[in-house]
Amino acid sequence: MSNKLINWFRYASPQTFYPLAGRMIPWFWGLAAIFGVAGLGIGFLLAPTDAQQGEGYRIIFLHVPASWMSMFIYLVMAFWAATGLAFNTRLSGMMASALAPTGALFAFLSLWTGALWGKPMWGTWWVWDARLTSELILLFLYIGFIALQAAIDDPRRADKAGAILALVGVVNIPIIYFSVKWWNTLHQGASVSLTKAPSMAAMMLWGMLLCALACWMYSIAVALMRVRVIMLERERHTDWVRALLAGRE
Amino acid sequence: MLSLIRAVIGRDLRLAMRRQADIVAAMFFFIIVVSLFPLGVGPEPDQLRRLAPGVLWVAALLATMLSLPRLFADDHRDGTLEQLALVPQPLALIVLGKVIAHWLVAGLPLVLLAPVLGIQFDLAGDALAVLTLSLLIGTPALSGIGAIGAALTLGVRGGGVLLSLLVLPLYIPVLIFGAGAVDATVTGLGAQAHLSLLGALALGGVFFAPWPTAAALRVALE
Repeated sequence: MSNKLINWFRYASPQTFYPLAGRMIPWFWGLAAIFGVAGLGIGFLLAPTDAQQGEGYRIIFLHVPASWMSMFIYLVMAFWAATGLAFNTRLSGMMASALAPTGALFAFLSLWTGALWGKPMWGTWWVWDARLTSELILLFLYIGFIALQAAIDDPRRADKAGAILALVGVVNIPIIYFSVKWWNTLHQGASVSLTKAPSMAAMMLWGMLLCALACWMYSIAVALMRVRVIMLERERHTDWVRALLAGRE
Repeated sequence: MLSLIRAVIGRDLRLAMRRQADIVAAMFFFIIVVSLFPLGVGPEPDQLRRLAPGVLWVAALLATMLSLPRLFADDHRDGTLEQLALVPQPLALIVLGKVIAHWLVAGLPLVLLAPVLGIQFDLAGDALAVLTLSLLIGTPALSGIGAIGAALTLGVRGGGVLLSLLVLPLYIPVLIFGAGAVDATVTGLGAQAHLSLLGALALGGVFFAPWPTAAALRVALE
């Protein structure tokens, strides 16, 4: 028996994961703050002004990380959903439902900042471009997941139903993306193109990557905080939660 | 296995025939929604011709969705579904039979109605033919994908609205290629590519959807 195997299963139980998550949260907040300050510092102070877009492009430091995270979180959510279905672990479903609001938030942020960016640069808040449309559909998928989980009272059933939906969604995302892309190119070309200038100043890239890391760390920290609350709520009948709450008072 | 599927289809069709009002209501929903658009956007034939594929397809999506809750709800209520889940054959096969029956009851009437409604929108003959063909190919995918949503929302609070939240985003590719096929015919590009993709979606949808649906049904029956 390898030690590692035991450890993995050990932290699959809410009782042992709860304190571990509590210990990890400050670290991820700290990392998020460091990366955020560094990324925004580079983005606002060091990165050069864009030759074509002026200062307005600087919203990229929020917009691109938000878009990346919105897609990445859906994959992570689907991973936890699949794990939950395969191994029937309680924690996996909790992780999936803890991640969903953050993913939806990032999808919304990505659309919102995109609109704010699009207005001065393209002269329009919204175009039916393939990427914008598929991001919007991703937001719909998140909303559907959250709504389904909210509508089912029994948490175990909500987890499983949500997991099936997340997996169906993850299979569909490439289909949706390509169909929207082809739909867009089969219509007359979009009046504005999303393709950016191929070369990006190194400072801009660094700022963006650091901001992406900050968003990543923030997502982990928030998801852990949320999963802790979910654990307490769902396990409130168990001894360890009672003991924990009694010790706190 | 085929006899099982055939038996399920036969049973569901017989049940649907005993309740013809439901089928007719969904058909009239389709007709009414389509007829509302000219009233909303104006009767100019040029505009209507441009709108027709999208309007008919969106209405078909909505009409299919309207009939989805009944796919499993009645069987769930009277306990038949639990008995079906105990059958030694895979539950997915039974779901496949129910999906086919649902298409025959809810999808096929839309296909048959579409040419008549297309005439209202002043569509030319070839566009009408492609519209009907695209609906014929595409509506099975709607029944298949919709079954997943119907199973997930089975016995859930506010199931109907929730179902639309879950299923409509997944319908988008079907809508794009279905309406796109008619558009491509009208603009002279040819509908071949769209129809092929639509066929792929329908085959994929009808073949794969019963499995997650069966899983979702088992979750609902727990």
